[in-house]
Amino acid sequence: MDKLLTISGSPHVHTNESVRKIMFTVFYAMLPAMLVSFYFFGLDAVRVMAISVTACVLVEYLIQRYMIKGDLTINDGSAIVTGVLLAFNVPTNLPTFIIIIGAIVAIGIAKMAFGGLGKNPFNPALVGRVFLLISFPVQMTSWPVPVPNFPTALADVITGPTPLGMLKEGVGAGQTVEQVMSSVDMPGYIDFLIGFQGGSMGEMSALALLLGALFMFFRKVITWHIPVAYLVSSIGFATIMWWVDPTYYANPLFHLFTGGLMLGIFFMATDMVSSPMSAKGQIIYGVGCGVITMVIRFWGGYPEGVSFAILIMNAFAPLINNAFKPQRFGQIKAVKA
Amino acid sequence: MILKTFKLGGVHPPENKFSANVAIEPLPFPKRVAIPVSQHLGAPSTVLLKRGEEVKTGQLLAKSSGFISANIHSPVTGKIFKIDNVMDQSGYKRTAVIIDTREDEWEEGIDTSPDIIREITLSKQEIIQRINDMGVVGLGGATFPTHVKMMVPDGKKAEFLIINGVECEPYLTSDHRLMLEKGEEMLIGTQILMKALGVDKAIIGIENNKPDAITHIAELCKKFKGITVQALKVKYPQGGEKQLIKALTGREVPSGKLPIETGCVVDNVGTAYAVYEAVQKNKPLIERVVTVTGKAAKKPSNFLVRVGTPISALIEKAGGIPENLGKVIGGGPMMGKALMSVDAPIVKGSSGILLIPEEEAHRLAVKSCIRCGRCISVCPMGLEPFLLAQEVMHELWERAEHDKIMDCIECGSCHFTCPSSRPLLDYIRLGKTKVGQIIRTRGKK
Repeated sequence: MDKLLTISGSPHVHTNESVRKIMFTVFYAMLPAMLVSFYFFGLDAVRVMAISVTACVLVEYLIQRYMIKGDLTINDGSAIVTGVLLAFNVPTNLPTFIIIIGAIVAIGIAKMAFGGLGKNPFNPALVGRVFLLISFPVQMTSWPVPVPNFPTALADVITGPTPLGMLKEGVGAGQTVEQVMSSVDMPGYIDFLIGFQGGSMGEMSALALLLGALFMFFRKVITWHIPVAYLVSSIGFATIMWWVDPTYYANPLFHLFTGGLMLGIFFMATDMVSSPMSAKGQIIYGVGCGVITMVIRFWGGYPEGVSFAILIMNAFAPLINNAFKPQRFGQIKAVKA
Repeated sequence: MILKTFKLGGVHPPENKFSANVAIEPLPFPKRVAIPVSQHLGAPSTVLLKRGEEVKTGQLLAKSSGFISANIHSPVTGKIFKIDNVMDQSGYKRTAVIIDTREDEWEEGIDTSPDIIREITLSKQEIIQRINDMGVVGLGGATFPTHVKMMVPDGKKAEFLIINGVECEPYLTSDHRLMLEKGEEMLIGTQILMKALGVDKAIIGIENNKPDAITHIAELCKKFKGITVQALKVKYPQGGEKQLIKALTGREVPSGKLPIETGCVVDNVGTAYAVYEAVQKNKPLIERVVTVTGKAAKKPSNFLVRVGTPISALIEKAGGIPENLGKVIGGGPMMGKALMSVDAPIVKGSSGILLIPEEEAHRLAVKSCIRCGRCISVCPMGLEPFLLAQEVMHELWERAEHDKIMDCIECGSCHFTCPSSRPLLDYIRLGKTKVGQIIRTRGKK
């Protein structure tokens, strides 16, 4: 036979999974939440989403093309995911130039400066969000009031506080939780579930986020470890404090369905790159996220603590990786024959 | 029946067992065969005959040259053309005896009749001696000399004999067919091995994708005392010795130790059949069942092949070399070796020949690690393949040793599952060679 054969080491078969498929699975999983935000915030939400995604992809392209001069990786979908997540984390009336600054920080500083996908220690979208929160505190905390059925007016939106903001302010002013909850502006639990509450784009509807999370779970893009650890620890902590003093601490369901907790649990904390790799490590990480989130919500200066909690635990991920190794085979004592 | 499996890791590559329903067909041997003197784990055998000498089928050709080594017999009748270096399946040129063949004339004392001999007359010692004489080695792929496994070290005791009928590699069906067609002989072989080991319990592990083999062997087992069949969930690499012991007994072979620590001895179904032939029929290990299959194979088949037959002869019989052939693998797709030439001979350890079409012959482009942790979750040894690969890249040998690089069984699950198609196992193999050298030199000091 005169034909040359291909030689390579085993294995000779490969799963049909790829980075691109994983990223697009995450993207599809975010679609329900995206549609809910379009429904309540209308054209403005579409604007924020489009600008954020375009800016993220463009920043990555420009850096790779003109600064790194390496292979283009915008096809892998990770910049799109970062763009959607960044949009999910900002109010829908955010001026365009601020979104672009957020994209530059997220992709440029938090991702590409460290060497691109896979090498970033922190979740890029969260870094972008926190940078904006600190740099533009006013714009980043004026939340448009949701109006159902795809509002098209771009100007003159009415802004109002988020449920968590109301809680923080009310309790800070000496009111009891019960008084805050009975305020006319406070939405009910059904509203929390479907997303009829003030806040950033992606944290509206707990149901839509859950739907996406289930999709990722069945496509095996996320495992149960981080979400369950995060959920149980944050809600457990909230329950304990609620028992201790229900006039000062809101009930755990309120905490679960408001703010960015669901978004953080399923879409931010589970980011593969910046979370620990072993099952044990992921549980420790999830618990850390849950506790820090609640500490900030209860006693911190900000009404919401999800972003900070995840970023803090991102910083611990390498140490956790080092300290909590997977269960090795054959480390148990041999059975006496 | 409750399906058992091992706990840590594992993957599910597509099974593609195209040749599962194709009966074993004896392949006539060609005009010329080449028999490598190194077909087993351990020292190469010493050639006893010279150029020009006549040999009969089953005659001793090369003698075991140490404790871990094995006899090699002539698989054909003919005249030794020469003793020369021939490229074997590893791609290296190694010593082989080249024989010009003529019509079969068996060495005296070998029973070639199809009658099944059920009564085991030899003693424990005689059995082990016979297995040694007949050059039986493990046919699962590692080709470890079987008689060595039968000699349990002092202070250790064998409790179970485990017969490996898992065949977890995709595509391969040689063990499956053997269980279906030579089930009773295989069980007698199992009984012989039990007697040699002095155990009264044997478990045959078969994956659930071979329900016909499970029912067939379970039915036959009713006539054999102490032998049971255990169906296993389909999961690669269940046929790995350590994974199979874990799945069947729940025991874990300690890191760096041998299976006997758990009281288990594992042999492949093919080995059990070879033991039957060696002990009951006085027939040396000169032929085996080889699957020729793959997406490019025109006619996936199972052949009974004499050792030394060139691989090209098998491909020819299975429909010829396909137009779109891109890669030929000796063994299964997960652990098999890509062959440089189809002229290499079949050896005792050849379980299959895989023909891969050009479009699937190449690796995918390597991307950055996204730290998804899948390599960790699929590693059946609980290692961190991504980390070991990094350590090898940076030549951090001590850290690699500390992170148990030597525990790797090279199953390839990490590379298989990596969404960035990183060549994790390539690096780990490299590291194992290096760390192995370091450990050995340390031992000498």
